[in-house]
Amino acid sequence: MAEITLPKIAPQEQAAALPPGGEPFIQIENLSLYYGASKALKDISLNLGEKVVTAFIGPSGCGKSTLLRCFNRMNDLIDNVRIDGAIKIGGHDINTGDVDVIELRKRVGMVFQKSNPFPKSIFENVAYGLRLQGIKSKSDLDATVEQSLRNAAIWDEVKDRLSSSALGLSGGQQQRLCIARAIAIRPEIILMDEPASALDPIATARIEELIIELKKEFTIVIVTHNMQQAARISDYTAFFYIGELIEFDTTTRIFTNPAKRQTEDYVTGRFG
Amino acid sequence: MNTITPPEYLPEPAHATRRFRSEKFDFWSFCFSGLTGLATLFIVGILAVILLNILYNGWGGFSWHFVSTIPKKDFFDIKTTGVLPMIVGTAFRVIVMTIFVIPVGVITAIYLTEYAPNSSIITRIIRAAVNNLAGVPSIVFGLFGLGFFINFVGKNLDKLLLNTDAVWGQPALIWASLTLAVMTLPVVIVATEESLKAIPPGLREASLALGATKLETILRIVLPQALPGIMTGGILAVSRAAGEVAPILFTGVAYYMASLPSHLSDQFMDLGYHVFVLSTQSPNIEQTRSLLYATVMTLLLLTFALNLVAILIRARVRKKLRALG
Repeated sequence: MAEITLPKIAPQEQAAALPPGGEPFIQIENLSLYYGASKALKDISLNLGEKVVTAFIGPSGCGKSTLLRCFNRMNDLIDNVRIDGAIKIGGHDINTGDVDVIELRKRVGMVFQKSNPFPKSIFENVAYGLRLQGIKSKSDLDATVEQSLRNAAIWDEVKDRLSSSALGLSGGQQQRLCIARAIAIRPEIILMDEPASALDPIATARIEELIIELKKEFTIVIVTHNMQQAARISDYTAFFYIGELIEFDTTTRIFTNPAKRQTEDYVTGRFG
Repeated sequence: MNTITPPEYLPEPAHATRRFRSEKFDFWSFCFSGLTGLATLFIVGILAVILLNILYNGWGGFSWHFVSTIPKKDFFDIKTTGVLPMIVGTAFRVIVMTIFVIPVGVITAIYLTEYAPNSSIITRIIRAAVNNLAGVPSIVFGLFGLGFFINFVGKNLDKLLLNTDAVWGQPALIWASLTLAVMTLPVVIVATEESLKAIPPGLREASLALGATKLETILRIVLPQALPGIMTGGILAVSRAAGEVAPILFTGVAYYMASLPSHLSDQFMDLGYHVFVLSTQSPNIEQTRSLLYATVMTLLLLTFALNLVAILIRARVRKKLRALG
């Protein structure tokens, strides 16, 4: 059985993880999602805090990515998807008719499993979201792009070749570029769908360091197959199995003393 | 180091193939690659025969004077005849056709690829219509152009705008070009659709996740990537339309025009049609042969030149995309 090292969360930090007053930032209430006739998410209720890292773990096909994509309504792009229940961000249900999906996606950013930089220059990739918002001034763009690339820990590697193609970067660099692109428009929440699964261990470690830095500014929800990764970087962990939420608790407790038998079996590797 | 030998439990190859296969030479593979080489040679050979035949027979009649002169009514005098109006007519109608077919074709392809729900009945009807359009004989397009563009649209335009007789309600360059545009629409639609589908969906997702609308995603990310494919569709449409005679027979081509076409409502002369005229009206077929071939050569050169321009532009677009991407 592998040794799982856990981040030590001091008691004060634990209390600060949920906003004062215990008001959660993202509330999921009885959420069910149907792909046509099949029920992919079964009655999920969950509360996520602000400026923490929450990890969704579980075996393949359990619905973690589907749930993640609900937060920025990327499931709208798929035909035949129906949603029951509510997802409230900051108190407002995002699935109601009067929510502007475009505005939502500016406030809830996403980083995908396979890095997908645009076939443009590195600068234009990061500036894309800014240009969408109408920011044209060269000095504004320059400053924000540089800030985002610094925050994504890739500035030093690309500062001399901002106008060269983004597709010339390595896999890990491309993924950090995608993170820079996502944080350039300063969303409140960043969703990460297995951001390091296609990367080698060293690139993965850099992304993980980055996530730990980013959580000071952003709320992060990360889907990961890698339990050790979840243990390393997340404050809270939710375990899913075939569309159901099995258990949700602080990472420490999930990995040392889970309440459910199924959770324990999964995190100890008895099935996966 | 020991050489690696296959384990004993692998079955022996079938008797027949074993006879022709050894470590160094496989007879059947050789036959097959030989066959594919022969097929390629055959196609290139046929093309070469056609082109060389045209060049050989047409070289005598072809000259700078030939391509730059407006002929008098007698087409058969080798010394005074020329095909300048036919060149201008053909080029003009192909260019006007391109102006119409590319926007309509691209927008239809964008609708089919990006907007239309896959299972809807409307989508299926549109796709069936595009496919069937591609199979309609060219002469039917000619009749369609006459009946719809000239007799319906043209005559009504005359009534509404000008209150006179036939300005638009008769054969004209614009109607011939529009007829050709309808005819080559499937080519542009299919080429554009293919290039749109070749763009990975991850790019669209990334754009949408940054708060772009679908239209912004299409204009900023998808269309620029698809541009080379769209131009390929344009090139195919131009190649097809330049040589077509049947669609323009009733819609705008004329046996003889004294001057070059200058308005969209003018009739025009055409290289393909001129070949037909020369071969059916000629008093002396032996004499006319070199004229005939020279006209065909001119048509091929014109098509080649139009394609070359488009190919060069496409190469420049591709290079720019590759430098940035």
